[in-house]
Amino acid sequence: MSTLAYAADAAAALLLLAGALFALVGSWGLVKLGTFLKRLHGPTKSTTLGVGCVLVASMTHFALRGTPSAHELLITLCLFLTAPVSAHLMVKAALHLDPKIRPGPPPGGPAGD
Amino acid sequence: MIAAVLPWVILIFALAMALNLVRLARGPGPADRILALDTLYINAIAMLVLLGIGFDTFAYFEAALVVALLGFIGTVVLSKHVAQGDVVE
Amino acid sequence: MRRWLPNPLVSLVLFLAWLLLAMSADPANLLLAAALAVAVPLATRSLAPEPARIARPAAIVRLGFVVLFDIVVANIQVARLILGPESAIRPRFVWVPLAVRDPNAIAALAGIVTMTPGTLSSDLSPDRRYLLVHAFNAPDEAALVAQIKARYEAPLLEIYR
Repeated sequence: MSTLAYAADAAAALLLLAGALFALVGSWGLVKLGTFLKRLHGPTKSTTLGVGCVLVASMTHFALRGTPSAHELLITLCLFLTAPVSAHLMVKAALHLDPKIRPGPPPGGPAGD
Repeated sequence: MIAAVLPWVILIFALAMALNLVRLARGPGPADRILALDTLYINAIAMLVLLGIGFDTFAYFEAALVVALLGFIGTVVLSKHVAQGDVVE
Repeated sequence: MRRWLPNPLVSLVLFLAWLLLAMSADPANLLLAAALAVAVPLATRSLAPEPARIARPAAIVRLGFVVLFDIVVANIQVARLILGPESAIRPRFVWVPLAVRDPNAIAALAGIVTMTPGTLSSDLSPDRRYLLVHAFNAPDEAALVAQIKARYEAPLLEIYR
């Protein structure tokens, strides 16, 4: 195994571990935190980043095997495009279910900027 | 080195999915359960990719892609249903 | 050109996505990808919003790197907050006044705000002049607004015009 391949292998292993830890912290936040809006921050983003790390590691792994794969790019694209949309819709659902947590209207009125 | 860390990584993701199940069971509201399901499917995608690395096969990628698309649609539909009592506007 | 490719960006993404999915670039797949890239935007034209007018591709790349960097850094911050005591977290809602007017740019800004951890775009005021952002930990409201405007909104103003 060449030095470069060895370094890539080590980097992919590190990425896998980092991704797993991010995903675990996100899910731990989901269980630990007290209110829904706080909980929403942990999993939606930490977990997405964790999966992103795993996907990059997977690309490295298959490239090292001599069978490069690009499907990971599609999954990453799909995840990073859909995550904000689903988070946004979940906030909207929460605001609808519990109108008490909704803040007042924006300051300034029609002027703004 | 990937092979050495892979079992541990899978274990950590399994733990994360178990934590999601705790939130799914505990609730307390529908929004929390949607969030738990959303996180669960994203972790499931990671699990499928890890299996693909472990078994050295591309066979799981299509599954991961389908889980990603259907999971997103599920989250959207559930959120819309909760927010508006109706899926189609 | 306008008639056959009403939205060239969408066509390009579809073309590349098909090639990635098929994992090959042989003539049959190239042909099929091209057919999809033409047919799908035409078939969905009545659903699509107005196509984005994009200037300055270099600014897009730069913004992409800034966002990627922020996602990683801010994720570490949020992870630390989650693991620390919960009483140290100060969540709050903030209305961010918007300078961007293009609907596509507003959507992009809302997506970026959500993807960078610690902030979550929650709602848009009916007149589209304010974005409601939920911050995970924001002791200083003005600093958060200034950061969003400087780091993400200013490049978007350059890109969409």
